[in-house]
Amino acid sequence: MAMSTSNLTIETLNRMFAEGKRFDGRALLDHRKLEVSFEVSNKAEGSARVKLGKTEAVAGIKLALGEPYPDSPDKGNLVVSGDLLPLASPRFEMGPPKFDAIELPRLVDRAIRESHMIELDKLVVTPGEKVWTVYIDIYPINDDGNLIDVATIAAIAALKTAKVPGIDKEGNVDYDTHKAALPISKETAPISFSFFKLGNSIILDPTREEEEACEARVTFGISKWNKQHMINSCQKSRHAVFTRAEIEKMMDLLPEKFDELNDKLKKFL
Amino acid sequence: MAVKRASGRGATEIRPMAAKVGVIPNADGSAIFAFGDTVAIAAVYGPRQLHPQHMQDPSTGILRCNYDLLSFSVYDRKKPGPSRRSQEISKVTEWALSPVVDLEGFPNTVIDVQIYILQADAGTRTAGINAASLALAHAGIPMKNLVCSISVGKLDKDLVVDVDKSEEDFEGGEGPTDFPIAKIANTDEYTLLQLDGKIQPEVVKKILNLADKACEEIYEVQKKALKGVVQ
Repeated sequence: MAMSTSNLTIETLNRMFAEGKRFDGRALLDHRKLEVSFEVSNKAEGSARVKLGKTEAVAGIKLALGEPYPDSPDKGNLVVSGDLLPLASPRFEMGPPKFDAIELPRLVDRAIRESHMIELDKLVVTPGEKVWTVYIDIYPINDDGNLIDVATIAAIAALKTAKVPGIDKEGNVDYDTHKAALPISKETAPISFSFFKLGNSIILDPTREEEEACEARVTFGISKWNKQHMINSCQKSRHAVFTRAEIEKMMDLLPEKFDELNDKLKKFL
Repeated sequence: MAVKRASGRGATEIRPMAAKVGVIPNADGSAIFAFGDTVAIAAVYGPRQLHPQHMQDPSTGILRCNYDLLSFSVYDRKKPGPSRRSQEISKVTEWALSPVVDLEGFPNTVIDVQIYILQADAGTRTAGINAASLALAHAGIPMKNLVCSISVGKLDKDLVVDVDKSEEDFEGGEGPTDFPIAKIANTDEYTLLQLDGKIQPEVVKKILNLADKACEEIYEVQKKALKGVVQ
């Protein structure tokens, strides 16, 4: 995560943000154009491709039969993974995962798991013995910033189209037949919002250049549950602080930003 | 209505705290910090030359934190060695502490902070941060202030300070929410924000109020531990 941004760029961005301006003409809290498409792979139980500006990621859902975890014998399992492929950016390298690659799937996992969007209790074949494991795998195709938020949208979109495969007479998975839709909540689906801070300014949906210049980030997973906005996950990163006033401002912004992006997302689903 | 906790604690009552510095003679600074049955030990080594050399920063020293559970600190033995969870907590701990340390006087160096959990009953990252903050001060690293850390929970709709393991596994209603927070003592600057659960955005303000009050108590315990060394 080498911060190679020049001081000149940082100073310029800092000054522009303070005036409410960005290089691409957006307001500080505006998202870039969202595009969602489906069926990246017909071998997956569900899949989606999401573009936010030039940042693009694909997510696929695979289901497999397995044993439940000892502490949740009557629930299916959820496994979220992701890999920052060198396909998507000259910054990404082969080899063991660096911190960014560890953090991204963990944040997507927490947003989805804590929202209870997936009805894991309906993914049991034989209680205590055989359950479905839902694998959500996310890969960036092109990284131009804000990858965590894009990855979360891709995961949600893929889940919305996912189906449960059949089981044949011997008890094996029959990936050629898909009968039921994956049991997911009709109301609840999380969206992730990463607020980035530079100087005293806070922005959403940074480009790669903006993201690298920023001094702090805090990512929130938020969803609707029982008609209320609920924050499901949060993680602050980087070496600068957030003040109480900044946190309270983000709390005010989250519900309206959620509704705004959720409406845009619904058009594709 | 008063919140009922399995431990019998009041809603804003922190578990008994214990803090001691100078517990590892080899280290440049060290400390133990406990919230009840959660016990963290931390050591600081450095500033010392950073290797590999290409990671050195000629403008400043860097802070490097490592957090992990000892294998026998939990009921189900934790496989020794770093996990994704421990790597994430190491990193957020580093970010929680780095705003208070001033390392510009130590170019090309690293300050290593090693944090291990001896016994776990939830709140291990917050106990670890409190221990590490003490160990940094004990090592004489230039610091703006101490960092204090506490976890505030929401069990259904009830807010409770310093969540223990039985509360982390709470079921029913809006479920359990665990919200670990760290802040720079006596400021409104927060250096760790992490959360798992279900919480209304407007409730976050109340959580911060509870965390602020708890951090004042933690700060007093930390100060007392450090003064003990000086006297």
